[in-house]
Amino acid sequence: MARYGINELRGMVEPDRVHRATYGDPEIFELEMERIFNRVWTYVGHESQVKKPGDYWTVMIGRQPMIMIRGEDGKVHVLFNCCPHRGNLLIGDRSGNVEKSIVCSYHAWQFNYDGSPKAIPLAKGYEGTKLDPSGRACAVRRAPRQDSYRGFVFASLADSGPSLLDWLGASRVAFDQMCDRAPDGEVEVVPTCFRVLQRSNWKFFLENQLDVAHAVVTHESTGRAAMDVEEQVKAKSGSAPFDYHFLSGFTMPLGAWDKMTTVNYPHGHSVLEGYMSLRPKDPISLEYEAVMKAKYGEARTNEILEKNIHHVICWPGLSIQPPLQQLRAIRPLAHDQTLTELWHFRLKGAPEPIYRRALGYFNLVNSPSTMVNADDLWNFRKQHEGLRSEGSEWVSLHRYLGQDDEAGGVVRTRIGTSEAPLRNYFKAWAEYMTAGN
Amino acid sequence: MLTVTAPAPLAAPKPGAARASVPLDVQREVEQFLYRQADLLDGKAWQDYIDCFAPDGVYWMPAHPHQTSGDGVPSIFFEDRNLMTIRMKRMLHPRAWSQKTQWGTSHVVGNVAIESHDPKSGAVVCRSRFHMLDFRRDQSRHFAGSYVHRLAKTGDGYRIALQRVDMVNGEGMYEYVLQAWV
Repeated sequence: MARYGINELRGMVEPDRVHRATYGDPEIFELEMERIFNRVWTYVGHESQVKKPGDYWTVMIGRQPMIMIRGEDGKVHVLFNCCPHRGNLLIGDRSGNVEKSIVCSYHAWQFNYDGSPKAIPLAKGYEGTKLDPSGRACAVRRAPRQDSYRGFVFASLADSGPSLLDWLGASRVAFDQMCDRAPDGEVEVVPTCFRVLQRSNWKFFLENQLDVAHAVVTHESTGRAAMDVEEQVKAKSGSAPFDYHFLSGFTMPLGAWDKMTTVNYPHGHSVLEGYMSLRPKDPISLEYEAVMKAKYGEARTNEILEKNIHHVICWPGLSIQPPLQQLRAIRPLAHDQTLTELWHFRLKGAPEPIYRRALGYFNLVNSPSTMVNADDLWNFRKQHEGLRSEGSEWVSLHRYLGQDDEAGGVVRTRIGTSEAPLRNYFKAWAEYMTAGN
Repeated sequence: MLTVTAPAPLAAPKPGAARASVPLDVQREVEQFLYRQADLLDGKAWQDYIDCFAPDGVYWMPAHPHQTSGDGVPSIFFEDRNLMTIRMKRMLHPRAWSQKTQWGTSHVVGNVAIESHDPKSGAVVCRSRFHMLDFRRDQSRHFAGSYVHRLAKTGDGYRIALQRVDMVNGEGMYEYVLQAWV
């Protein structure tokens, strides 16, 4: 018995607060899968994950197990990971190469890399039945829509809706910044995907990404610890490498975080400007700038590197840090379980030290031994458990409401700790959840 | 550097590789060293644990078993003493929020085999297996795998030049994260 009609759903999101059931009710989660994740564009993977024909990577889109595979034709195909015969997962591993054809392990139905039927054993047995062994019913179903932007592959389970480019809108700056910062104009995946499961609703993760007010509170311990060691290193050798700031930066007082800006776009996409993407002047950065200038010229290099983007959220499933080439894909598994897939990219044509520095960040912040997310994940779990309580019916989104600048559906904050991104996510949430079919 | 200077490569142990024939007292001393290291970890004696490492020693948990060095590739841990000190100071900080709940580990180290022993310098490469139970707020996790230790002999016993840790479940999905070394 459905408890949530359009009016109930509409009533759960107010301009300055949301009802706790948006996070904790399994029925809401089912509706989110149907109305949000079945409609949006979901990040599948990067083209460089599947270099040769037959290379594949499996992934979840909403509740659907999917395959991203490189075809004989060199194109990337996104298919349902499901045999049209009896519904088996066609591919049981996370990644690899299928060799020759996709073969089901149950009755050896075989498919080309694009999902079209190749051979079906005991074909005689289908004579006179409604099943046509060469017909569509014997092909692996393809994602209803698939597209890519600068090598980043997306798919949508909806037959219609905005194109990928329209849907990404201004958030495509995440991919432009990643690729433009490469002297060769493109990035290549570092083929290690770290996977961390959170015992909490998926929305907490996205909220936290652009919530700059949490950093100094949640990560004080790591910031202090890094600063202590940074000072020891300075005392010993006169200076400490720039990258200590990746961690010690967490000790910045709240006022410093207020100087950042978030820009909040339609569909829930949001961008954080400022913080670490400022152009550092350490030797590694300068060497990299020289390579960029040789490739792009002075003016274009300045244009690329002065874009002050730190973090981009392509709501509802993607968080990208272009200056450090980090990408986190969010895969909601249940109302209280969320998988994050953590990736790092290499700037093609950039000097090795610039890759090493970003790799250091990947290891420290995004690996399963993270000294940063350890405290975030702990918060998410406590948030999720806390909101089971009836102690607080509503979740506050009030901070600096009415003090942001709005023009043409885009909200730009004047104060970094404004909760505008959270309000923007829930605006999109309510739009998707209450939209007609 | 937060980017660690990598020691010479060290591959994952090969099954059935030749064992060096070493005097029993060397075997025993190496075993006692490994047991003590695990004991310090379970006892959360972080500084003593870090002091098991040589000044340029590195603790490394590869992201994949085929890796032979943490140099330029993702790792689960790849830490020199500076990074290990950050990790320690974080765990000891009064507002390390996720440290506030009760948690603990228990390591069992066994199958200690010495792969090489240089009688001149006393340097040893040894491998072992571990099982570790990690308990955190009503939940237990089980990690297991192999260690390879590259040990240098000093006047004050062994010091770790490089410790390689391969977990059988290292490439799996992590429910929560690892805050301390394994």
